[in-house]
Amino acid sequence: MTLRQLAAPPTSTGTGAVLSCRGLRKSYDGRLAVDGVSFDIGKGETYGLLGPNGAGKTTVISMVVGILPPDAGDIRVAGLPMTLRALAAKSRIGYVPQEIAVYPDLTGRENLRLFARLYGLRAAAARARAEEVLEVVGLSGRAGDRAGTYSGGMQRRLNIGAGLLHRPDLLILDEPTVGVDPQSRNAILDDVTALSGRGVAVLYTTHYMEEAHRLCDRVGIIDAGRLVAQGTQRELTALVGQCDRVRLGATGDLASAGEALERLGSVRGIAVGADGIELLDTDARTALPAILAAVSGAGATVRSVTLEEPDLEAVFLHLTGRSLRD
Amino acid sequence: MRAVLILAGKDLRLRLRDRSAVLIAVVIPFTLALIFATVFGGNETPRPFAYAVTDLDRGPVAAAFVDVLDRLAERDIVTVRRVADPAEAAELADGGTIDAAFVLPAGIGTDGTAAIEVIGNVNAPTAADVARSLAAAFVDDLTSVRVAAVAAAGEPHDPRRIAALAERAARFTPPVSVVDVSAQRRILDTRTWFAAAMAVFFLFFTVQFGVSSLIEERAGGTLGRLLAMPVPPGAVLTAKLLTSVLFGASSLAVLIVATTAFMGASWGAPLAVAALAGAAVLAATGVTAVVASLARTAEQAGSWQAVLAMLLGMLGGVFFPIERVPALKALSWATPHGWFLGGLGELAGGGSLREVLPAVAAMCGFAAVTGAVAVVRLRKAVRP
Ligand SMILES: Nc1ncnc2c1ncn2[C@@H]1O[C@H](COP(=O)(O)OP(=O)(O)O)[C@@H](O)[C@H]1O
Ligand SMILES: [Mg+2]
Repeated sequence: MTLRQLAAPPTSTGTGAVLSCRGLRKSYDGRLAVDGVSFDIGKGETYGLLGPNGAGKTTVISMVVGILPPDAGDIRVAGLPMTLRALAAKSRIGYVPQEIAVYPDLTGRENLRLFARLYGLRAAAARARAEEVLEVVGLSGRAGDRAGTYSGGMQRRLNIGAGLLHRPDLLILDEPTVGVDPQSRNAILDDVTALSGRGVAVLYTTHYMEEAHRLCDRVGIIDAGRLVAQGTQRELTALVGQCDRVRLGATGDLASAGEALERLGSVRGIAVGADGIELLDTDARTALPAILAAVSGAGATVRSVTLEEPDLEAVFLHLTGRSLRD
Repeated sequence: MRAVLILAGKDLRLRLRDRSAVLIAVVIPFTLALIFATVFGGNETPRPFAYAVTDLDRGPVAAAFVDVLDRLAERDIVTVRRVADPAEAAELADGGTIDAAFVLPAGIGTDGTAAIEVIGNVNAPTAADVARSLAAAFVDDLTSVRVAAVAAAGEPHDPRRIAALAERAARFTPPVSVVDVSAQRRILDTRTWFAAAMAVFFLFFTVQFGVSSLIEERAGGTLGRLLAMPVPPGAVLTAKLLTSVLFGASSLAVLIVATTAFMGASWGAPLAVAALAGAAVLAATGVTAVVASLARTAEQAGSWQAVLAMLLGMLGGVFFPIERVPALKALSWATPHGWFLGGLGELAGGGSLREVLPAVAAMCGFAAVTGAVAVVRLRKAVRP
């Protein structure tokens, strides 16, 4: 399967999809932030948008939830067109914004009751549902405290809880684990897995390869506003083909080392970081001596070498020539 | 509508929980009004003009004049005390016990030159002026009869002539202007004035807590969340304006009740006061909303609104009585504050709802113009 085929819009019309996006485009002040993004998410499916900071993930999400009008393209939620005023479509979505969006002067419980009421629940139902969600996100113990007094992780969990109140068909989470301690992060990922198990469709954006790997049935790789590839993880890693992934822990003149490595015939992609170099090589086992020679020849010292199977990180490197992390 | 009420309820709850909001809305204006009224006001309350009368003539014409005063006293426009000695009357006026004394000279009913002498209290210039015009009007009225009588007969002590004068004097009615000035002094007493001035001045700060929180919601990301919910964009803006109106109206209501109960302020006919207060709240909300729509950050909005509230308050005459400077008085009609205080002045003069309608209409005009501009601009802000 070629990259072009993978990146092209799915040929199915998307009927029955919980979310269907076609040709989304958005520019800010003439600069394209999102350029021709198309994807579908089916019932119970978890779809990850994986890309570095500034790739356009939040812009895509904002259009999908109907708070940012696209310059071009079409969005349907359960078949309903999404617009700024599409209240029916909006009521199907649970949205967890990237920035924490709760009222710091209300308690956790009051925040959830308020949002439940705004999602259309009656007062009694909203009260009951708020307690359930507090339990789910593990905030029952602090429910009566002002949200402003919560730790960063607790605020993140409250932020997520606010998206679950009305049992949405589609849950959209925009980098929900940024700035969260490992324990809370694990809890969040487990929650998403559990929700997906109950048939909720999930759109999840992240710049962490491991999260996409752990959660997502399908992944779209986004870079500079374009969806450069999408598919199951198996389909994506197959793009890297026979390449091996080589991680060099190194010090010294890494920039020159990178340039030297680029001149090697077997190297397919390369990313120079602060404490080492990552590269894709068609046959690392054979090329390793040449690789090490090139690095030390350029004035850098290799401290460690790791050879790995290709993963999503490698796919990104392969498709964009850059590393996800920076 | 449901979403509007839920959101406004949320905002009101946040405001009540916020100590500084309650301080600015109620505690500070009440305290300042109380302090100012105590320092500058003494115990002055609106009262009838206090007059004394000394009758040295004891004839029917003088009696008719005293009768005029008694009739005004019955209507609570003046009080009258009878004093035998002109020197004592002058003493009372000098000492401030009364506002003015009338001395009716002997022969007022017959002598062609007799005039009523008025001894005024220098600290009550209005009351003394009113006394003088009353006396002058009475004497003028008699002069016409006297001139006619002199032409007819010529004998000063002719009983028919005295009878004609007495009859004329008995039919004398004080000129409308005199009654008007004394009965309807359109000036608030000191306590009510400070209460009203502080209330309307701080109202322009109080209403900020509604509209300006729109800017905070945009910065804090909650606006994005609300708009991603099945909540019409218009509902968010409406809720913010409603919050301003409700918070402003309740703080004003609390201030009116509290200054009446604890400061002795007398605001006037309740329905008319309610109309003035409601119109003032709308005007304040509109003005504040325009400022919020121009600002980029909540801090910016806050400082611009504070400057505007100070400026309008000053022009509107909330810091000092501007009645005596006609140019300033004219400028004050360019502010809701000026109309609010002016409307209350009408009420102090005994006016009712009908008399304050111009003030209510003027403030509603402010509200309509500023509100329309604000809504047009803020609708864009609410649209993501
Ligand atoms: N409101 C905005 N105005 C101008 N440029 C923006 C705005 N929001 C995002 N951008 C730009 O659009 C690009 C995509 O941003 P974003 O969607 O936030 O990326 P991501 O969520 O993947 O980090 C970035 O270059 C960013 O600087
Ligand atoms: Mg983002």
